[in-house]
Amino acid sequence: MPKMTAAQYKTKIEPVWCPGCGDFGVLNAICNALAAKEVDPKNTVFVSGIGCSGRLPPYVKSYGFHTVHGRVLPIATGIKVANPDLTVVAVGGDGDAFAIGGGHIPHMARRNPSIVYIVMDNGTYGLTKGQASPTGPLGMKTGASPYGTIEPPLNPIAMALAYDISFVARGYSGKNKELEALITRAMNHRGFSLIDVISPCITFYNTYKELPPQLAAVPETHDVKDRAKAFELALKEDKIYLGVFYENERPTFEERLRGVVDQSESSGIPRLDEIFLDFA
Amino acid sequence: MSDYVFRFGGEGGEGVISTGELFTTACARSGLEIYTFRSYPAEIKGGHAMIQVRVADKNILLSRGDGVDVLVAFNKEAYDRHYKELKDGGVLVFDNTDFLPDEDARTIKYPIPFNKIAMEEIGVRLTKNMVSLGSISELFGVPQEKFKELIKEKFGKKGEAVLEKNFKALEAGARYVKENLKKQDKVKVQPAGRQPRLVLSGNESLSLGAIASGLKVYAGYPITPASSILEFLAKELPKVGGVVIQTEDEIAALGVVLGASFSGKKAMTATSGPGFSLMTEMLGLAVMAEFPAVIVNAQRAGPSTGMPTKMEQADLMMSIYAGHGEAPRVVLGLTSVEDCFYGMIRAFNIAETFQTPVIVLTDQGLAQREASILKPDVTSIEVVERRKPTAEEMTHYQRFKITPDNISPMAVPGMPDSFYSATGIEHTEAGELNYEPANHNKMMNKRYQKLQGVLALPWIVKTYGLEKPEVAVIGWGSGEGVIREAVEIANKEGLKVGALHPKILWPFPSEIINNYLAQGVKRVIVPELNFSGQFASLLKSHLTHGNRNIDVVSLAKGGGIPWTPSEIVSKIKEAAKVHA
Repeated sequence: MPKMTAAQYKTKIEPVWCPGCGDFGVLNAICNALAAKEVDPKNTVFVSGIGCSGRLPPYVKSYGFHTVHGRVLPIATGIKVANPDLTVVAVGGDGDAFAIGGGHIPHMARRNPSIVYIVMDNGTYGLTKGQASPTGPLGMKTGASPYGTIEPPLNPIAMALAYDISFVARGYSGKNKELEALITRAMNHRGFSLIDVISPCITFYNTYKELPPQLAAVPETHDVKDRAKAFELALKEDKIYLGVFYENERPTFEERLRGVVDQSESSGIPRLDEIFLDFA
Repeated sequence: MSDYVFRFGGEGGEGVISTGELFTTACARSGLEIYTFRSYPAEIKGGHAMIQVRVADKNILLSRGDGVDVLVAFNKEAYDRHYKELKDGGVLVFDNTDFLPDEDARTIKYPIPFNKIAMEEIGVRLTKNMVSLGSISELFGVPQEKFKELIKEKFGKKGEAVLEKNFKALEAGARYVKENLKKQDKVKVQPAGRQPRLVLSGNESLSLGAIASGLKVYAGYPITPASSILEFLAKELPKVGGVVIQTEDEIAALGVVLGASFSGKKAMTATSGPGFSLMTEMLGLAVMAEFPAVIVNAQRAGPSTGMPTKMEQADLMMSIYAGHGEAPRVVLGLTSVEDCFYGMIRAFNIAETFQTPVIVLTDQGLAQREASILKPDVTSIEVVERRKPTAEEMTHYQRFKITPDNISPMAVPGMPDSFYSATGIEHTEAGELNYEPANHNKMMNKRYQKLQGVLALPWIVKTYGLEKPEVAVIGWGSGEGVIREAVEIANKEGLKVGALHPKILWPFPSEIINNYLAQGVKRVIVPELNFSGQFASLLKSHLTHGNRNIDVVSLAKGGGIPWTPSEIVSKIKEAAKVHA
């Protein structure tokens, strides 16, 4: 494959996002990472759910699958297990990931397929005009919560750590170099990786001003294999840490499935005739 | 020619079902045809369990039969529940350590102290099942060595001692009969001197059919009565290099299937009503993105949790219409244990050819009952793959290109230059998102029209009985055998009746059914196991002008128990009388 520039990983399709949307930054970081890793587009699939961020797949030169709300992870799993040679990247928003699709995440952690999951987290449902999402702050006033929300937000990083996802990181759409590095590292990770990317919604929940002072890099001294320490960082309330919280490789789902096939003494030759003998 | 119905009844969890199963396999190995029917409680332990086995030496068995020839009652409850169905002159074999039946001269009664023999001679109460099988082999002629062979296969791993106890129990049962009873009945179940049959449940047969079709990815969530498909494939599919995933719910199951299909592999899931309900959104995605996928729905009595261990054919309308918007798909009805095997091959071939989800309807009765079938010839199975883009089509690839048959070339990841994004949003032929009314109409038309090709397949209906009948019986799904048997009985009695059985339920085979009716049918009986007569109303809505005066009689039965031939025969007689 001839080497491609980041720009060549972008298709000609104009994104639907509002000018200033954090998702542009995420798209840039993705294309930079693909170029850096020299990923072959024909063996790459971007899978998404529903929401503004879910529109991303056709913007990247690759195969794509824009699925239904909340189901990106099982579909990505099917793609990966059917062809483990593919690079599979799942993308979506925080509503997609942590509300309607939240039930799939623990099982991704258990299975640990080599899939990168990039959550574009803006604390709001932008596509339906600004209702509070599971990561929106307590008291957030929206059309659906005129007196302020009464449910505190969940902490995606702490949740991912609790589920024991094998790669857990947080990025910010406004820090492109760092985000590119996180995505590259996640793509190199064997197993399931979740990157919670703060990607502000300029139209309905603009946090561009208040965010930067709260952001801090995960300390260089942090041991990414130390899950308890990662928890501590995730639970810190005064700072929002960016970087890799946890990385611990273990057998992947595709490896374990291969193991099951081997264990069943597959000869590679269809042996339907032999199976029939069990019923004679 | 022999044809007998045996029924075993007793306390759930005490081995009644496995006794019936051993009897079934022993008969099939003797070259006999078998057809089982069972009912058991939803609970794992306790409650009443029943298994019925129809055995014949020549006939292909089409139904569970009428009445019972031999009732084996392990306890009083089994006697109370089933004795009234025992035919006059039938045989009651019962455990007289548990109860004594009322005195009557209606039937022949063999008291055998299963419990006592098991306790006193073997010292293990549960060997009473083996005692009963020993008695049965002695009474009716099933070779004892067939049972021994099976016991060896089943318990051999548990060690010599266990095996020995079971053999001893078997022999003790036979000895008791020899020493204490005098045969007064005529029931004989003797080897037919033919090739041994395979014994498969509907779920096993359909799982094998899926493997034969080239299934590579199975995903499912446990649910009665479809769990045995998950379990069967978990064991067998890896042997042919496939993978099985037990997902966190049915939504994820269909998600994995669609993902795998996108990657170019044959994939399926199986569920029952509650799980199928969860899949409806994803089903629409499969239609919109035009993905091959096979979804088995083993129907059980609903709504909601309903009666998980009872059959019903009540998900027909749901299978046809499930989902929002208008999402055409294919619905097939499996008709027999043998048809489960071949029906799945047809389902996968349709899914691949027409790039569509195919919903395959079976039901609790068919899923769990067993029947004898001849081993399929796997070399003669024709397996179809989806249409792929040609080199030329790849250069300006259009995933949803409108072609003469409305089926588009489907690229899969790994192919160069045919990038596309599958999507649930309305799109153009090239796959670009598009919200224009004209485009929407064009693509809706494409998705509907491509499925018309399904109706041109040669096997979509079967007909039985008189070719030009006055009374037609049109059922669907697992009703095929019993309807066929009823029609044969009615034909013998001189009634002008025939049956048409659609294997494709959607798209509705309207033309072929209307042509059949237009030959002079005056009345149609539609037997189906649901409360509201779903197929009957579908049929009525599809009658063409000239056929609208035909009387459509809905024979709908809720309650969870399949038809017997006599129930349908009596309806045929009523219908024939009206037109006499």
